[in-house]
Amino acid sequence: MRPGEIVGLLGPNGAGKTTTINMVLGVLQPSAGQIRIEGVDLARHRSQALSHTNFAAVYAALPGNLTVYQNLRFFSLLYDVAAGATRIEQLLSEFDLQRLRHSRSGLLSSGEQTRLALAKALLNKPRLLLLDEPTASLDPSAANLVRSHIRAMASRSGCGILWTSHNMYEVEETCDRVLFLSRGRILLEGDPKTLPQAHGAATLEELFIRLAREPLATEPLAIEAPAQQRDAGEGGR
Amino acid sequence: MKLRPIAAIALRQLYLMRSSPTRVLSMIAWVAIDIILWGFISRYLNSVSSAGINFTASLLGAVLFWDFFTRVMQGVTMAFFEDVWSRNFINLFATPLLISEYLTGLVLTGVTTSLLGLIVMLLLATWLFGLPFFSLGLLLLPFLLVLFMFGIGLGVLASAMVLRLGPASEWLVWPIPALLSPFVGVFYPLSTLPAWMRSVGHALPPSYVFENMRAVVAGHGYSGSGLAIGMALALLDILLAAWVFSRIYRYAVRSGLLARYSAESVS
Repeated sequence: MRPGEIVGLLGPNGAGKTTTINMVLGVLQPSAGQIRIEGVDLARHRSQALSHTNFAAVYAALPGNLTVYQNLRFFSLLYDVAAGATRIEQLLSEFDLQRLRHSRSGLLSSGEQTRLALAKALLNKPRLLLLDEPTASLDPSAANLVRSHIRAMASRSGCGILWTSHNMYEVEETCDRVLFLSRGRILLEGDPKTLPQAHGAATLEELFIRLAREPLATEPLAIEAPAQQRDAGEGGR
Repeated sequence: MKLRPIAAIALRQLYLMRSSPTRVLSMIAWVAIDIILWGFISRYLNSVSSAGINFTASLLGAVLFWDFFTRVMQGVTMAFFEDVWSRNFINLFATPLLISEYLTGLVLTGVTTSLLGLIVMLLLATWLFGLPFFSLGLLLLPFLLVLFMFGIGLGVLASAMVLRLGPASEWLVWPIPALLSPFVGVFYPLSTLPAWMRSVGHALPPSYVFENMRAVVAGHGYSGSGLAIGMALALLDILLAAWVFSRIYRYAVRSGLLARYSAESVS
């Protein structure tokens, strides 16, 4: 991934999007291949590599029995953020969470929880940000705000973003590049604005549906790496 | 190891205690009930017994020491369970946090919560029942240290077990102190036990504390070598627990267990 690039990770349920994200986060070990974040090998220097990354996912809510401020304080210490108090105030303001700072996270609405998760994800000013369906539970207006925010942040800070979503409109609007996954393999890759036409589809959604249903998506052997290459750890990078 | 991530684990527990007085109450209430109950039993036994045994010192002292050990162990496991209950594993282990920092944070939390319980027990036992606890003098330090170290080791080991077997195995953790108590001779000398139970008892560090405590109360002095063995066993226990935890953590990452816990129900 390039600095400032927003890459959409697309695919049907079970394609391996969350698995990919879990591997990059260091909570799941890849069976082959190597993950490097800012040139640091995750397997060898886990702590150093993870200090450059952060994430927000709909299935990984922050502890509901801590308040908004306490959660941000807790994670700022975990990420060893210098001047954490100042950074927290910046993010509270940026994500309009100031009035909620003393509210327990478990009592927030979906939109507020998403904003909190994003604030937490930016605490350490990551070079690589992983967002797993960040707008899944938001209304269209809130989702639009989040997308604008993320886009502005990526171009301002040069942070690379890996974004999963089932909303093709959102992907087209937000991502610079998309990767279509099926059974853990990349089937297609390209610019979301030109990719549909290049493959004879009218829209990205139509292309998605076609890829999810067509034999290509159910024939991983056709694109699988040779056994020798897999054994050498060169697959799935 | 960095200080901030360690502080984070301890600070989280402090936040939870501050926001929920019932958590603090539960740390105090059970030990207070134990001391009061056993205090009166000791007082009654002193009044009816002609054996010349000071039951307040031997029985109530034993309860106090055993409760301290239990609180240390639970302090560690409770801090770990916070992450189980809030399904926080992915959030936690996707940070640069090292396993050594996490375990140190759990230990720090265990120290804080167990000291709170110890202070309450000491005040009640001394004030209400005249427990001559401080007559043990400097011996108190090795006694408490052995129990503290064993509690930490067992707490980490129990946490590793839950990490390996899943959130539902939490119920296996709570009876551990009760299961160990017959073997370590909390209330009776190890010589009372059959040979096989005595052998198990000798492998458990608390048995050296209770044997020595009874010897001191009976005026026979203490065994320095016994305490040294207890200390060495407790240290070994901590090292073994840390090793087991890091092995199981690596297994959980390799097998996908860790990633699954966030989506898994706690029940």
